[in-house]
Amino acid sequence: MPLLTARGLGKRYAAPVLSGVDFELRAGEVHAVVGANGAGKSTLARILSGLTAPDAGAMTLNGRPYAPRNKAEAELAGVQIVIQELNLVGTLSVAENLFLRELPRCLGFVDRSALHARARTALAAVGLEDVEPDTPVARLGVGRQQLVEVAAALARSSRVLILDEPTAALTDPEVEVLFGHIRRLTARGVGVLYVSHRMDEIRRIAHRTTVLRDGRVVETAPAADLPLDRVVQLMVGRGAADRVEMPPRALGEIALLVEGLGRGAAVRDVSFEVRAGEILGVAGLVGSGRTELLRALFGADPPDAGRVHVRGRAVAIRSPRDAVRAGLGMIPEDRKAHGLLLPRSVRVNATLAHLRAMARPGGWLVSNRERAAADAATRGVALQGAGVERPVAELSGGNQQKVVLARWLLRDPDVLLCDEPTRGIDVAAKATVYRLLGELAARGKALVVVSSELRELTALCDRIAVMSAGRLAATFERSTWTEAGIMDAAISGYLDRAPAPAAA
Amino acid sequence: MAASGGAVPARRAPAGAEYLGLLAVLLALVALFGGFTDHFLSRTTFTALANQVPSLTVVAVGMTFVLVLAGIDLSVGSVLALCGAILGGAMANQGWDLLPSVALALGAGLGVGLLNGLVTVRWAIPSFIVTLGTLEVARGATYLAVDSRALFVGSGVESIGAPLPGVGLSPAFFLALLVVAAGQVVLVRTVFGRYVVAIGTNEEAVRLSGIDPRPTKVAVFALSGLLAGLGGVFQVAYLETADPNAGIGLELSAIAAVVIGGTSLMGGRGSVVSSFLGVLVIAVLQAGLAQLGATEPTKRVVTGAVIVLAVIVDAYRQRFSQRRAGVA
Repeated sequence: MPLLTARGLGKRYAAPVLSGVDFELRAGEVHAVVGANGAGKSTLARILSGLTAPDAGAMTLNGRPYAPRNKAEAELAGVQIVIQELNLVGTLSVAENLFLRELPRCLGFVDRSALHARARTALAAVGLEDVEPDTPVARLGVGRQQLVEVAAALARSSRVLILDEPTAALTDPEVEVLFGHIRRLTARGVGVLYVSHRMDEIRRIAHRTTVLRDGRVVETAPAADLPLDRVVQLMVGRGAADRVEMPPRALGEIALLVEGLGRGAAVRDVSFEVRAGEILGVAGLVGSGRTELLRALFGADPPDAGRVHVRGRAVAIRSPRDAVRAGLGMIPEDRKAHGLLLPRSVRVNATLAHLRAMARPGGWLVSNRERAAADAATRGVALQGAGVERPVAELSGGNQQKVVLARWLLRDPDVLLCDEPTRGIDVAAKATVYRLLGELAARGKALVVVSSELRELTALCDRIAVMSAGRLAATFERSTWTEAGIMDAAISGYLDRAPAPAAA
Repeated sequence: MAASGGAVPARRAPAGAEYLGLLAVLLALVALFGGFTDHFLSRTTFTALANQVPSLTVVAVGMTFVLVLAGIDLSVGSVLALCGAILGGAMANQGWDLLPSVALALGAGLGVGLLNGLVTVRWAIPSFIVTLGTLEVARGATYLAVDSRALFVGSGVESIGAPLPGVGLSPAFFLALLVVAAGQVVLVRTVFGRYVVAIGTNEEAVRLSGIDPRPTKVAVFALSGLLAGLGGVFQVAYLETADPNAGIGLELSAIAAVVIGGTSLMGGRGSVVSSFLGVLVIAVLQAGLAQLGATEPTKRVVTGAVIVLAVIVDAYRQRFSQRRAGVA
């Protein structure tokens, strides 16, 4: 009997993230939701749990209309969610976090003994009997913090439990404990929505699986009826890649050579090379280390190990300053937080990486030079309808991204690292960005492009490297790649799971 | 004081508009006090005012840079007193000439500023905390240097502090104006100034553009210390005495002047000239209240209220421009 249903659910940000999604969770079942990055899994989870409101569609819970305005309302209705981003207050104790909203009180003071007793029960339920309830949460390792979150959700009585990538930071034994509890919950009639890309776990725990692709449901079936390769095929689809007009390019010398790059567990022994004029794509699932790889390469988070050569010269990169001087540039994943000075003008943003060239020795800025450079750069990226004096915050996402691109065009690095260059921008701006990247490559630059859109990578790139669990799992040539093959490689690091680094 | 990507679009208001607003307030205050007192609108009042403001002015210039950087320097009052004490000590006790004594005093200010900057940057401690510590250390050092007593320096400082015949204004005043002009130019027309603005807006974006923000940050605090030292020199020149209690609370007046001038406490935006106008507003306010017969406590209450008002107005202004950009 359906516990939670959704009909025609839709949500859009710059582009549609979910459309026409019909979904049903039954009491006592574990229903897995799988899909590639950007397929809409997390958005669906967020809508069902009240974190986000849908733009279209309706939901019911136990047969009655269900439209929570926020997470608290959803929790009151019995729908709990544990999301990837941890929601704990680091400085408070485990017990306080578990019962933050309902601290047991006595005459206005917190009743500590009651609090700790309830906490012990909750912790035992997720196998954390050995954790003292008054331990500051920040003292626990990430894996255990995640379990505390789960314990918190379980401590609140629920009819529906939504878990979004719950095992990202858990070791195998912890996963077992979690699964044990999930089974106990479903035996009690609770419905569990399990969003994940860990195929082995889904095989073990899920009753039914729903596959999302590009914001739509492509299949819902009993998990037993969906073997791995079928799921991969459904995730990836058979649509023709959008053809992007790319000027023909001749590949030159090796512009970037990376050997054994490593940074903790996030980037492990990664080696690759990129030639002048080549566009290397980097694919992989969320958390596979793509952004971490670029940031380590760029010195944003200095690597622990590895050698990097730019145009044949060995370079030591410990900071972005080193990287830029060595001839690298990077378009960061989050342009608003890390790429732009939002209140400042287009001109100030565009010239930021190359100011010294616009100044006389001693630092006196020559405004003509700066102005001319900003004009040239913004013309180069076809910045729509904005004078160079406009604050960048007023621009659309697509234009904002073009400003970041303009900054690097001015600086003219030999190698440009692009992290999700078309995330959150409209179709027209995307086309322009593709064209610009193609032109850069045609001019002899080496490009490394991280993207969650496989279609984008297959249209744009000459080769695609696939990251999986911090390692470079495979590299595909244009002539031999298949979307299914790439997806397989992306999942491969998560199949024979080595234990995650031991939690504290 | 941390600034992030911050969705506060600067209004692309012509620079003139901000100045006009401040000048209007200034003129209104002058008219107000002129109306309610007998002697406010007189040459004596204005020259006295002009000879009083140089120390606060140059400190406010330094504070402008620090606030634009999204930092804060609470030690300026103590550094002013310390450098004044060093100047006084060198001249009165050691018999040094003016110039080497001034150089020593400025060097001390620069040194403290460098210390502030290096500690803040090296251990990534909020400048609020670091400069709070320096405030105490410098004040204590000042008392030690002059044995907790005011040190009379005498006419050796005349060439800086004495009003020029005919004009009635001291060289200190003109020097302060020079510092204001130079500060404005550096902030707006140099790479260094641009980096200060950029770092105050979004330090991480600056770092990821290949610029190391740390030297700029250290330099800003060094500059603040240096200018506090210069303020100390002007203060001693004005009183012909090195007073160990000089500058107590000055950091707050400096911040107030800068905020009234329109610099945001959140960083990334500011103008040195506006800060100077802010200094004048505070000076006129206090002089006017004094002539009205207000006691010191009353002056403080009124000045404090004006500062709070200025910050509220600033908050509304930010929210207004946010709404215009469709961000809020």
